Amino acid sequence: MSFIRPTLFKSHNLTRLSFAAKQTPAFKRFYFGPCRTTEKTFDKILIANRGEIACRVIRTAKKMGIKTVAIYSDADAESLHVRLADEAVRVGPPPTSQSYLNVPAILDAIKKTGAQAVHPGYGFLSENSHFVKQLEDNNVVFIGPGEYAMQAMGDKIQSKIIAKEAGVNVIPGFNGVVENVEHAKAIANEIGYPIMIKATAGGGGKGMRIARSEEEVMEGFRLSTEESKSSFGDSRLLVERFIDTPRHIEIQLIADKNGNYIYLPERECSIQRRNQKVIEEAPSTHIDAATRKAMGEQAVALAKNVGYSSAGTVEFLVDPHRNFFFLEMNTRLQVEHPITEYITGFDLVEEMIRSAAGLNLSTTNQADVNLKGWAIESRVYAEDPVNYLPSIGTLSKYIEPKDYKQEHDVRCDSGITEGSEISMYYDPMICKLSTFGQTRQAALEAMEHSLDTYMITGVNHNIPLLRSVISHPEFQAGRISTGFLGQFYPHGYHGYKFSQPYTEEPIMLSVVAAAVKKILAARSVSGASSSKALYDFASTNVVTSIPQSTEDGETYRVDTKINIKPSNSKSIEMAGENEFACEAQIISAGEETSAVGSKLKINWNISSPFINAEYVGKDGTLSTLVVQYLGQSALGVNLQYKGTKFNVNVLSPEAYGLSKFMKEQPKLDTSSLVLAPMPGTIASVNVKPGDEVSEGMEVAVIEAMKMQNVLRSPRSGIIKSVLVKQGDAVNGDDILVELEK
Amino acid sequence: MAAIPALLILSIQQIIHCHNHIPSKSPHKELSIPPRLNLNRLSNTLEMFSLRLGSVASRSMRSTLRTSLSRLPAASLAALPRHYSSAPAIRASDLVSKIEKKRQASIIGGGQKRIDSQHAKGKLTARERIDVLLDPETFREYDAFVEHTCVDFGMEKNKITGDGVVTGVGKINGRTVYIFSQDFTTFGGSLSKTFAKKICKIMDKAMLVGAPVIGLNDSGGARIQEGVDSLAGYAEIFQRNVLASGVVPQISLIMGPCAGGAVYSPALTDFVFMVKNTSYLFVTGPDVVKTVTNEDITQDELGGAKVHTTKSGVAHGAFENDIEALSMLRTLMSYLPQSNRDATPKTFTADPPSRADDALDTIVPPDSTKPYDMVSVIKRIVDDSGFFEIMPDFAKNIIVGFARIGGKSVGVVANQPLISSGVLDISSSVKAARFVRFCDAFNFPIVTFVDVPGFLPGSKQEHNGIIREGAKLLYAYAECTVPKITVITRKAYGGAYDVMSSKHLRGDINYAWPTAEIAVMGAKGAVEIIFRNSSDRSQAEAEYVDKFANPLPAAQRGFLDDIIIPSTTRSRIIEDLEVLESKRLKNPYKKHSNLPL
Repeated sequence: MSFIRPTLFKSHNLTRLSFAAKQTPAFKRFYFGPCRTTEKTFDKILIANRGEIACRVIRTAKKMGIKTVAIYSDADAESLHVRLADEAVRVGPPPTSQSYLNVPAILDAIKKTGAQAVHPGYGFLSENSHFVKQLEDNNVVFIGPGEYAMQAMGDKIQSKIIAKEAGVNVIPGFNGVVENVEHAKAIANEIGYPIMIKATAGGGGKGMRIARSEEEVMEGFRLSTEESKSSFGDSRLLVERFIDTPRHIEIQLIADKNGNYIYLPERECSIQRRNQKVIEEAPSTHIDAATRKAMGEQAVALAKNVGYSSAGTVEFLVDPHRNFFFLEMNTRLQVEHPITEYITGFDLVEEMIRSAAGLNLSTTNQADVNLKGWAIESRVYAEDPVNYLPSIGTLSKYIEPKDYKQEHDVRCDSGITEGSEISMYYDPMICKLSTFGQTRQAALEAMEHSLDTYMITGVNHNIPLLRSVISHPEFQAGRISTGFLGQFYPHGYHGYKFSQPYTEEPIMLSVVAAAVKKILAARSVSGASSSKALYDFASTNVVTSIPQSTEDGETYRVDTKINIKPSNSKSIEMAGENEFACEAQIISAGEETSAVGSKLKINWNISSPFINAEYVGKDGTLSTLVVQYLGQSALGVNLQYKGTKFNVNVLSPEAYGLSKFMKEQPKLDTSSLVLAPMPGTIASVNVKPGDEVSEGMEVAVIEAMKMQNVLRSPRSGIIKSVLVKQGDAVNGDDILVELEK
Repeated sequence: MAAIPALLILSIQQIIHCHNHIPSKSPHKELSIPPRLNLNRLSNTLEMFSLRLGSVASRSMRSTLRTSLSRLPAASLAALPRHYSSAPAIRASDLVSKIEKKRQASIIGGGQKRIDSQHAKGKLTARERIDVLLDPETFREYDAFVEHTCVDFGMEKNKITGDGVVTGVGKINGRTVYIFSQDFTTFGGSLSKTFAKKICKIMDKAMLVGAPVIGLNDSGGARIQEGVDSLAGYAEIFQRNVLASGVVPQISLIMGPCAGGAVYSPALTDFVFMVKNTSYLFVTGPDVVKTVTNEDITQDELGGAKVHTTKSGVAHGAFENDIEALSMLRTLMSYLPQSNRDATPKTFTADPPSRADDALDTIVPPDSTKPYDMVSVIKRIVDDSGFFEIMPDFAKNIIVGFARIGGKSVGVVANQPLISSGVLDISSSVKAARFVRFCDAFNFPIVTFVDVPGFLPGSKQEHNGIIREGAKLLYAYAECTVPKITVITRKAYGGAYDVMSSKHLRGDINYAWPTAEIAVMGAKGAVEIIFRNSSDRSQAEAEYVDKFANPLPAAQRGFLDDIIIPSTTRSRIIEDLEVLESKRLKNPYKKHSNLPL
């Protein structure tokens, strides 16, 4: 049994105070306007959640003068939301079922701290009407809709019936619970493929599968049943027609208990992977004022029909002709609410608290709602952009982007700090990065810059993909659908590629890499000091080798041979404390290129990882780029450019000439192995030694971060050994099953 | 190639010297050669063949040549014989071309065919390795003309100039190093008497001037034809390895075979690195093993890089290929002092001394059984997260390596809670002990991070001598006179607390983080002994935790100098290093100590 030490910082009061004092900067990235509430609401609320959303709610509560209580599992004892709250109560061990879903423990915490109301955040208990009922029984206010409205809308079958009654457009489908696989197949044949199988209690893509054939119905039914059971404790499923190339557009509404309803401009959430949103924007490029009004009015009609109060979202699928169909209603604060706050100026959490306290909305007049600009949100996940598998680990370096062109135009909603751990128990989201601009173009530009100046090391993350989507011509043009990622990134994202060797981009990156290596080398030289010019690289020949990878994961390198010379007498000089400036001119290159004769000006404060470079082309055109310095490698430097990591080797022409003799290390032959793609728990093993398997057959299922992942046989053959059993915890790349050679 | 100029100059001086010794035919007074002409002739001739060399080195050679000629005293020019202007020019170039031929022979070593086969194996040649390792154009070769003296088995007809090893002096990051690079293309890099002499020469010079010695090993073993001469050669090297030990840093990079007696020279050096897949080290090879023990084993399984970096602990690290290995060696050298007479290098850093890393304040998990990565603790404290880990794959429950703190190069020792809770066992004790002694020998301040639950129990450990092996680390720390700074991050239990650079072993500065627990053992075990007969142990356990599972009792006794907030660790260590720079401590006079081997 592990002994849990009462956290020393708390029990001895040794350092708690000084830590608290240092925490204030963590708030600086939030902004949603001044407090609109002067009336009394609550003295103390408990936030029944963790991570970024708990931090988000605490922020508004503080603004409103409300004391906050955080709850935490053992895995979160030192996490940011615990440090930010006025009080914190432990509710159990790391697994969510024993902590953040542990209703008795949460009720105890409420009693112990005397919290008057509970904000559930999203996920966990936010759409659990039993929890709302239990709070009601204990005279505690739930900051969210009433039990009835939640129940009515939370059940996807019932909500559709109600929506239909309220005059909302709905998608054809089977309005009832699917009994078994056979039933699912029968329904599918009736309404026609493709179909969507989803958990009645589901949300966030969990327990949701698309099936285009009978086989896929069988597999999807089984996986959805298991996932929804483990995620929601409810395995009921429903089936409906799946609309191809739809856009996912939703209407945020707010309501109070006094009968006031307001709908806010739409959010478009079409960029999704595995039915989970990745990039959202508000408003949508696809919606005109008339459609906006029609959608908003239908949403309000539905909310009124169930007597809805608090914040809620009505999701629609919109086809290319702007026909919209009701999808579901989310009876909680949505993950992507910040972009709505950006374009409307509302603090949605404040409105929720007002509503829960029985006050009117801060504005009760629909006409007062107007669009203030454009906002984009990128969900930064700890995951591999190639296969979307979660990545766990400690954030060894973590620097959030700063404002771009104006105050508060970049917003980071995160619940972590440098040194925090992304654990396998919870959602792998690192941050919601939102940017704002007067126009979509301005918001996109701010997003590109923010992604370039966002530093995350220690875990794999999806910034490369986000950066690529944001700059994708189709996305920039607003031509998107929920199939966007599948269409343009069918095999995931393998990193930024240079169109051709010896074009400006690889040459610019080469010069940056060469300069960085020179600056670093200068510091290893004994007697180097900050007061004098450090190194003279007069005229230097370098060959850089920049890795690139293809769609099927193969890697190759783009080699660039260049001769650079400094534009002034000192190649690298100190422009200020720790500030290096270096201006290099490209004299020649191994091949003919227009970059010869151009100049690159590099500014690097080496106490920061961001290198700013200005590229002046031969024709005088100026372009700027931001490159992140991630660290040194054996033969060069690790840089991040446009979200993608590049291990750039910088070699002398002599060493480069010799490098052709170096051999690749033999790789582990994985053709006969099934490896764990990520850390997790073995949910099931479907084979035993001696079994004959065909290629692609399911051999095991691994569960990580509440997602079931099917592991398939790499080829046909006979199982040699099975090294794990159900319930085993495994690490990434552990060998699970071996095939006979 | 960079070696050519220095030696060429030497040879030109010799040529001139030669001429000086034919004065009888041409008395001084008759001399009327216009010096300009002579100089130009000579210079041009030399320039011609140096152009043929066609390398960067030749450019610099020409310029050094000019300077060196112009520096010749006027008298020596005047002493040139009269007929120098006609016939001697040819004679000089004859000589020069003879010398040049020899030099070319030495450069080409075993010949293009063997060079190609070396390349085909993914290996570089001895000279290519030197080029990659050293700063450009800094290598000065010695003994390029050495040839072996063996006359048995027809060896007198089989000579290769240079005799299988390239030796000399050069610079890494602007600092002098002596280097030998064994040439596998020449007689398989086998060691002859003269081969050994070349190595001994640079080792002697290194000790004389106080500069590190780097050996690049790629040798088939003893030159069998030379018999006992070859063995004598090995021993001469061993003797120098031992005498140089603790005087100048000695680094071995195994880049090919190294077998039999040859292994003991690297074994005596401070650090041994290997190149994956192309290098191996063993006393007896697979064939002998098969004959003697009937064990079937490949070279790689017997003595490859993986075996020596994970199992035997013979090697301190392994790298992907030659170029990477040489490049990493440059990095390592940047941390080392020139000799035991120098302080460790201090370089410029932009990492602010006062940088407070907030992540340190929460890095130790509240649950004392939950592991965390001590490497990340180290990287958060040192300059620019730079940490050169030594033996990263062996006895991973302890971490040793070099880092810079406030620009100053230091040695870091730390328990690793991620692996076996950071327990001290035989391997980890020996690994750390050797590192601590290296640091002490070469004036590295030692920073120790402690999270140790004790020594590993069990018959395997006891029977293999954990008492003797554990004593080595204790001995090393106790004997050390360099500045010692200790930070207890969490557990410091039992005897292991004493060992890990405690106050009682002359620790200069001993800190604890608020999460530290300094006690004889963990709460559960302690309570089981103290309250053997009590039924309610949980109450007692809580009491024990309250009393001992915190740093206050040790601080109250002065065993800790302070309890510090983790994020201030960096700035405190930088201050302490500055204060301790003037530390002077001497152990009592002795011939040498008697470490429990």
